[in-house]
Amino acid sequence: MTSAGREQFDVIVVGAGPAGIAAATRAAECGARVAVVDDNPALGGQIWRGGAEKAEDMQAREWMNRFQKVGPRLFPGTRVIGQQQSGMLLAEERDVPRTLRYRTLILATGARERFLPFPGWTLPNVMGAGGLQALVKSGLPIHEKRVVVAGSGPLLLAVAAYLRRHGAEIPLICEQTSWTRLAGFGFSLISHPGKIAQGLKLKLGLGFVPFAANCWPLAAQGFDRLESVLVSRNGEKQEIACDYLACGFHLVPNNELAALLGCELRGGFVAVDDFLRTSVPAVYCAGELTGIGGVELAVVEGEIAGLAAAGDESAARALFGNHRKLQKFVSSLARAFAPREELKSLSSPETIVCRCEDVTFARMGGHASSRAAKLHTRCGMGPCQGRVCGPAMEFLFSWEAASVRPPVFPARVASLSGMETELEVESDRTTGGTR
Amino acid sequence: MSEQITLTVNGIQVSVPRGTTVAVAVLLAGAICRHSVTDEPRAPLCGMGVCYECRVKIDDVSHCRGCQTLCEHGMNVRTDD
Ligand SMILES: Cc1cc2nc3c(=O)[nH]c(=O)nc-3n(C[C@H](O)[C@H](O)[C@H](O)COP(=O)(O)OP(=O)(O)OC[C@H]3O[C@@H](n4cnc5c(N)ncnc54)[C@H](O)[C@@H]3O)c2cc1C
Ligand code: FES
Repeated sequence: MTSAGREQFDVIVVGAGPAGIAAATRAAECGARVAVVDDNPALGGQIWRGGAEKAEDMQAREWMNRFQKVGPRLFPGTRVIGQQQSGMLLAEERDVPRTLRYRTLILATGARERFLPFPGWTLPNVMGAGGLQALVKSGLPIHEKRVVVAGSGPLLLAVAAYLRRHGAEIPLICEQTSWTRLAGFGFSLISHPGKIAQGLKLKLGLGFVPFAANCWPLAAQGFDRLESVLVSRNGEKQEIACDYLACGFHLVPNNELAALLGCELRGGFVAVDDFLRTSVPAVYCAGELTGIGGVELAVVEGEIAGLAAAGDESAARALFGNHRKLQKFVSSLARAFAPREELKSLSSPETIVCRCEDVTFARMGGHASSRAAKLHTRCGMGPCQGRVCGPAMEFLFSWEAASVRPPVFPARVASLSGMETELEVESDRTTGGTR
Repeated sequence: MSEQITLTVNGIQVSVPRGTTVAVAVLLAGAICRHSVTDEPRAPLCGMGVCYECRVKIDDVSHCRGCQTLCEHGMNVRTDD
């Protein structure tokens, strides 16, 4: 094959977000030969996007400087698309395939936003909440733009604060969950003083930005781009003119690669032990992939996985206490920001659910499973491979997640040719041989 | 002031600061990234490389994700190709 090279590492980390950075740094500090592969053009993952120069907070700068000091080999702009055989990853840098060998693998592929369909959500300028923030971090001017921030989860506050700092006007933050659930969440925060401080800081940055619970988008309106949003606020309809709708319903894990490698999943998250070992030998997992719990949890998980992967189990064990404390946050987050039932009936029959293949709610809903819907409508078979519509279908129709087939991203033919022989084996294992 | 990068989007020249992604350059040029199979106009959704709504042709390579690609001098970006 035309591979750009086969290289051997003690530890390969997939994902250069907070978890991946901490994992790679800790493993390299133990003397391991470490590589980090990330699809993004720079270090940082979602929250620390853009690398050390752009980092706005201390923790980010400290970790990135520490990372650079030990200098693991970084492959930016490179996506892992599958595994050729155990111990050998197949990656793609733009058009160029790359084979990377590892003794130990750490998956730190993070999370993405959960998108739920409603009329008009495919209009240009309707984006994810983190999605709009990512574009602004990548150069999109937002000064004096009106942005309605909607959906669910603490990310909405983080995004609103960020956009406001960059000059946007935020007419309303719409949080779908109820005040009761939010209060429950606030209460459970008492055991996490760090989080309270973070919450306060955010609040300060947000000044007098109106925040509504029990509030969600009913429709995005406009001709060929967004002009206004119709929201349901405490049962009343309200129309808000805006330039952007930044909307995401909490987060779901990027578990496709883990599933492809055969790691056991529990409720969509990768099952791990105290050392963050998965069910597959020599494969560890850290960060949002094991549970949505924010940046501090991602960092400590990265540290544990990095130390354990490099063989320093006693240093890893010293972090267990802090890990357990931060982990409690995961279930309270999930409870507080679970999407409410009403969100299942936002779509009209014509609302598109699968954006790659333009499959409507009506066409999809007539089927008994995601597999049947896929066969008959091609939903989830476009280039995003169900990453956007999959979690929506699970919620809307209570379908189980579809199984993962290699490659985990659409790949150029050249890269695939190196994987052909493994394709059958891998897909038999992940689908339980039901092909 | 950071270095400016000049590229073309559908033949129109755009200048952006270094570090800007192609998805943003397309939006700044007032272009639409793609039209869907039922001809709806589409623009970036996720900003992080998973949704493929930002896919464009860059220097004759089709289906590049604009949000994961940094602008470079002289890049030739085409939408709906
Ligand atoms: C769009 C978005 C914005 C967010 N913004 C904030 C914020 O402002 N504040 C906040 O507190 N939290 C934010 N979060 C929550 C955030 O996920 C966590 O706080 C934190 O970033 C988690 O760290 P992580 O290392 O687990 O994952 P991430 O930071 O998500 O890093 C995972 C990395 O893995 C890479 N990756 C995934 N799959 C592959 C593959 N197959 N091949 C190569 N690379 C791959 C990704 O490109 C990414 O860089 C955001 C989440 C999202 C989705
Ligand atoms: S905006 Fe989703 S892949 Fe680029």
